[in-house]
Amino acid sequence: MTETMKPLAITLTGCAKTFADGTKALEPLDLAINAGETVVLLGPSGCGKTTTLRIIAGLEQPDAGGKVMFDGEGVTPLSIEKRNVGMVFQSYALFPNMSVAENIGYGLRLRKTPTEALRARVGEMLAMMRIEKLADRRIDQLSGGQRQRVALARALAVRPRALLLDEPLTALDAKLRDALRIEIDELLRRLGITAVYVTHDQAEAMALGDRIVVMEHGKVAQIGTPRDIYQRPATLFVADFIGTMNRVQGRVANGGFVTAAGTIPWAGAPAHITEAMFRPQDISLAEGGDAHLRGTIAAAFFLGDRTRLAVNVGGEKPLILETGTRRDFKHGETVGLRIDPHGLLSL
Amino acid sequence: MKRGPAFYAQLGFTLFVCAFLIAPVILSILAGVTVNYQSGVQSGFTLRWVYAVWDGYRDTIFLSIGISLACLAGTLILGIPAAYALAKRQNAFSRALEELLVMPVAVPGLATALALIVTYGGVGGFRTSWVFILVGHILFTLPFMVRSVLAVLSAIDLKTLEEGAASLGATFWQRFFHVVLPNCRGGILAGSLMVVTLSMGEFNMTWLLHTPLTKTLPVGLADAYASLRLEIGSAYTLVFFLMIVPLLVALQWLGQARPTKFVAEDE
Repeated sequence: MTETMKPLAITLTGCAKTFADGTKALEPLDLAINAGETVVLLGPSGCGKTTTLRIIAGLEQPDAGGKVMFDGEGVTPLSIEKRNVGMVFQSYALFPNMSVAENIGYGLRLRKTPTEALRARVGEMLAMMRIEKLADRRIDQLSGGQRQRVALARALAVRPRALLLDEPLTALDAKLRDALRIEIDELLRRLGITAVYVTHDQAEAMALGDRIVVMEHGKVAQIGTPRDIYQRPATLFVADFIGTMNRVQGRVANGGFVTAAGTIPWAGAPAHITEAMFRPQDISLAEGGDAHLRGTIAAAFFLGDRTRLAVNVGGEKPLILETGTRRDFKHGETVGLRIDPHGLLSL
Repeated sequence: MKRGPAFYAQLGFTLFVCAFLIAPVILSILAGVTVNYQSGVQSGFTLRWVYAVWDGYRDTIFLSIGISLACLAGTLILGIPAAYALAKRQNAFSRALEELLVMPVAVPGLATALALIVTYGGVGGFRTSWVFILVGHILFTLPFMVRSVLAVLSAIDLKTLEEGAASLGATFWQRFFHVVLPNCRGGILAGSLMVVTLSMGEFNMTWLLHTPLTKTLPVGLADAYASLRLEIGSAYTLVFFLMIVPLLVALQWLGQARPTKFVAEDE
């Protein structure tokens, strides 16, 4: 691949968005996206992630005072057609009146690319997305996965300064979503292009993002690498939204966290906390004295390679853990649990 | 496959309805080419009546074609942007406007024509020119163009398509001509067929708007039926068919032709 795009750094300062009906979609937001980086905007619907992407794209204008900069140069007043960013939409936005090749070549045609160069570039894009055979198909003859490949090829054909993806995999079924996610990940790394990816799927965010921006109610809840966000969530919202988080109530005493179901040894526990948090993989089943907590099985789901258990320990919600043992679990059975001290978190 | 009596009953009924509808057309056409309708087909066939129509009403035929094509151009120029604007802005105002646009269809043509005459009748050159009829026709047919284009525009995700085109660098006009127009082709074609046929056959408004020098085909037809031999009237109907059918076929054909490709098919 002969991509000579210089990756773009994107900076948002004080970008808020209030819609005409008065809804506040986005609180003033500052965000710096490094050149060549993949940043995932993650959050539930209505959190402002798509609005942020549309402000970067130039499809929305930020409220007065907000600034968008590409490589330090203000582009706030420029509309999308002047920003040279590639965009991939959830609904693909392919033109039904054009064939696959015509869709991919459309941006080049607008740039008055000579026919030979246009054909070569379209061929290159078709090959990159492995859709050469579809070149002459009409859009309505394509499957969802094929459409998204065409959309990616079309966005990349013009060598955009950055690639913006708005829930590109949401409309696809689970299996295809995984396959295409890996493909997109590979593509973004190979091209080294700056990419902003919007999704509500935390697994997708973890897999694709160099950094993840978790958003809630129009505000940034946390920015960090997937590992940061998973292992050191800044808020309860982030802790619950990314993966599964177990929470148990109690108090700190004598180098441990005392709960109704037993005491978890925790040497460095902050004195004031009333809730301890840990991930499912930090819990293991234990017998007798090795067990920190005791609870009763509320539910057991046999998943084949492992069993997912919900264990009631008298807290607000049962603890979730997974185990690889072959034994059968009965509802109401008492089990002992051991918590890995490295996995303990508090807020 | 064995077919029961129900099948034959239905087939019979269908054929009967078809015959009922087609017979008048065939009889009318026959009347136009028989020497004497009273004595029937035995009197022989002739093109005399058709020639008579051609001699007496040639101008109405050309005027009708001219008006219907001008009407088509007018409704395309006014109707497509109107439908586009209505599709882009869906609010209470645009919905009200959409309803208002249908008014000329609901109001009797005579009333519309009368209003036009009362308001603009004094404007000499305008009242006596064919443009006066054209204005009436555009008023009456515009809703059909707007409606059919709007139906197609509402069915496609116009906003995202345009955003997609814009992200590739397309300006407003490029988006409009490359993406919006080609994708509402079906609606434009349906609307065009409607407009041309309605304009060509429009009588009740035109009857009031016309002057002796701006007679359209249906007005001439009424004239012929009222004051001339039945055979001439029928021959007139035949001429009308001969004109409108090729026109509609041509429009349909134009609508289906694929746009030229800018990327070669062989890869």
